[in-house]
Amino acid sequence: MRRFTWFNATSLTLGFVFLYLPMVILVIYSFNASKLVTVWAGFSTKWYGTLFQNEAFLDAAWVTIKVAVVSSTFAAVLGTMAAYVLVRGGRFMGRTLFSGMIYAPLVMPEVITGLSLLLLFIGIGFDRGMMTIILAHTTFSMCYVSVVVSSRLVSFDRSLEEAALDLGCSPFEAFRLVTLPVIAPAVISGWLLAFTLSLDDLVIASFTSGPSATTLPIKIYSAVRLGVSPEINALSTMMISIVTVGVISASLISKRAAVRQQREERAAERIDD
Amino acid sequence: MAETAFAPWNDESATPLIQFKNVTKRYGDFVAIDNLTQDIYAEEFFALLGPSGCGKTTMMRMLGGFETVTEGQILIAGQDMNNVPPNKRAVNMMFQSYALFPHLTISENIAFGLKREGKPKPEIDARVDEMLRLTRLEKFAKRKPHQISGGQRQRVALARSLAKAPKLLLLDEPLGALDKKLRQDTQFELMDIQEKTGTTFVIVTHDQEEAMTVASRVAVMDEGQIIQVATPADIYERPNSVYVADFIGDVNIINGHATRAGDGYDVTYAEGTAPLHAKTSNDLGNSAKCALAIRPEKVSITAQKPSKAANTVKGKIIDIAYLGNLSTYHVELANGQMMKAQAANTRRLERRAFTWEDSVWLSWTDTAAIVLEA
Ligand SMILES: Nc1ncnc2c1ncn2[C@@H]1O[C@H](COP(=O)(O)OP(=O)(O)OP(=O)(O)O)[C@@H](O)[C@H]1O
Ligand SMILES: [Mg+2]
Repeated sequence: MRRFTWFNATSLTLGFVFLYLPMVILVIYSFNASKLVTVWAGFSTKWYGTLFQNEAFLDAAWVTIKVAVVSSTFAAVLGTMAAYVLVRGGRFMGRTLFSGMIYAPLVMPEVITGLSLLLLFIGIGFDRGMMTIILAHTTFSMCYVSVVVSSRLVSFDRSLEEAALDLGCSPFEAFRLVTLPVIAPAVISGWLLAFTLSLDDLVIASFTSGPSATTLPIKIYSAVRLGVSPEINALSTMMISIVTVGVISASLISKRAAVRQQREERAAERIDD
Repeated sequence: MAETAFAPWNDESATPLIQFKNVTKRYGDFVAIDNLTQDIYAEEFFALLGPSGCGKTTMMRMLGGFETVTEGQILIAGQDMNNVPPNKRAVNMMFQSYALFPHLTISENIAFGLKREGKPKPEIDARVDEMLRLTRLEKFAKRKPHQISGGQRQRVALARSLAKAPKLLLLDEPLGALDKKLRQDTQFELMDIQEKTGTTFVIVTHDQEEAMTVASRVAVMDEGQIIQVATPADIYERPNSVYVADFIGDVNIINGHATRAGDGYDVTYAEGTAPLHAKTSNDLGNSAKCALAIRPEKVSITAQKPSKAANTVKGKIIDIAYLGNLSTYHVELANGQMMKAQAANTRRLERRAFTWEDSVWLSWTDTAAIVLEA
């Protein structure tokens, strides 16, 4: 055990205060009875009430959730496929290039991703709306899914697939009946990751959204420019909780499943002497 | 029992189930299988034996369809297997790693291949039950692979590969992780299954005792080539090379010079000693360098020079290895050559006839030793 010192305690506290104080203040003020954001006038949940009366916010929230669900589902499918090909596809021409390219969007500035997508949509005459946001979100979040899934696939025992083939599966059946069930936890946590990324996203969404569809982050951003209202605090608090739950369950699922599966797999293999 | 010996390999008219025809497998520049030609017959129990890395698994994987053949041809039941994917072959493989599906129960694992065939459910259930009974796994049917022991897992892997009643079953070191008792039990089970179902088995093993027990024929491999294929008895009694003699069991090798004498050869191995005589049908020409191979259990050890033995040598006991039922005596001959002689421990240990440093005579008959090319 390392010793507990005042220095450690102080740096820990400072770090967490730095990270979470703004959010804590936001959460507290979302329960403020006063309309003025800076004056505390007692506890109240009325802003949550008025929030649910606000059509514009509700619409945006609905769009955001639809976008998040659809795009993360696309991303999960495409990301898993990409990961599978890159890990399993053997050494084909330009494999290194491809695997590098799939990770590039992770480090690409969002502004650039957003801008390039905008140019593409304008170029092909695609009307901007919910569909374009979904496509854009799929594009950048599938990379994250593919990172999560390929790290699982790397440790996946190849002979399980061979055994499935041996027992009469076609390659696709082997994937569906053996590989997919075994890597499912990684796919799910990839999905959750994509989902929360899509909920959060402001930059790419603002490039690719149109007048017909606005997401919540865009709505909040534009509302805040006219002044912070307690409603926004309430909304943000709700988003914080959704994202927190999403991230925590993603990490819990993948961790628990990884531990369990590794145990099962190790057990299912023979112990080599 | 008036049973004719099972030996289709001696039968000119028999058609082999598996034919390797000049098969070469390369990984890059590395030659894993080197121009290998071999027939394996239906209902055989064919064992592959050889040092690590000699290409046993590669041979199996080519049969299963998991590796492509670089050159040559593999035929199964007369059909060329190049370009036939694993799922289209009437071959099942039991993997070295078992490869049980971790998300399925034991009975689902066993049923997996049957379901792929689209059999009706009652038929599948009946077959799974039969397999569970055969491998004594009834109690574990509902468990997942991680909830059973290593030996039980090995049986699941076996049951799963047997369930489809394949024409050909490939077992890659199937019993390596089991204790001796369980291994022997399973070996007998395998032989029993083989007798009942007529399945052809190809088995890879590191355990030569296992190969000797189960196999109809044993192939000894080295560096991608098969050095000798023969029945277990022949491979032990009549190895075709020093490599095989040395690889299978314990052996004394005496290097010397052979000259034809009578129906065999006289072998001179050291100055000032009488030549050793061995009857053989091997033809080394009239005079050649040779290696004489003698199994330790065929060498008698006595205190006095035996009067009638064909070959006698004198030596001194250097070491005694006590093995319970047997003792192996390490004896140094006058020329420095070490020889091992094995004798049953018919008396209690403390009343043993010989001890360290004793001067003894070793002897063997003229049919005990084999003359091999050096
Ligand atoms: N995918 C591969 N790429 C390159 N070399 C390989 C590959 N697979 C096997 N080899 C080589 O081919 C040779 C034969 O391998 P194989 O697995 O058949 O050996 P083995 O006889 O089964 O050995 P063991 O008894 O240790 O299992 C080895 O030298 C191995 O290094
Ligand atoms: Mg091997």
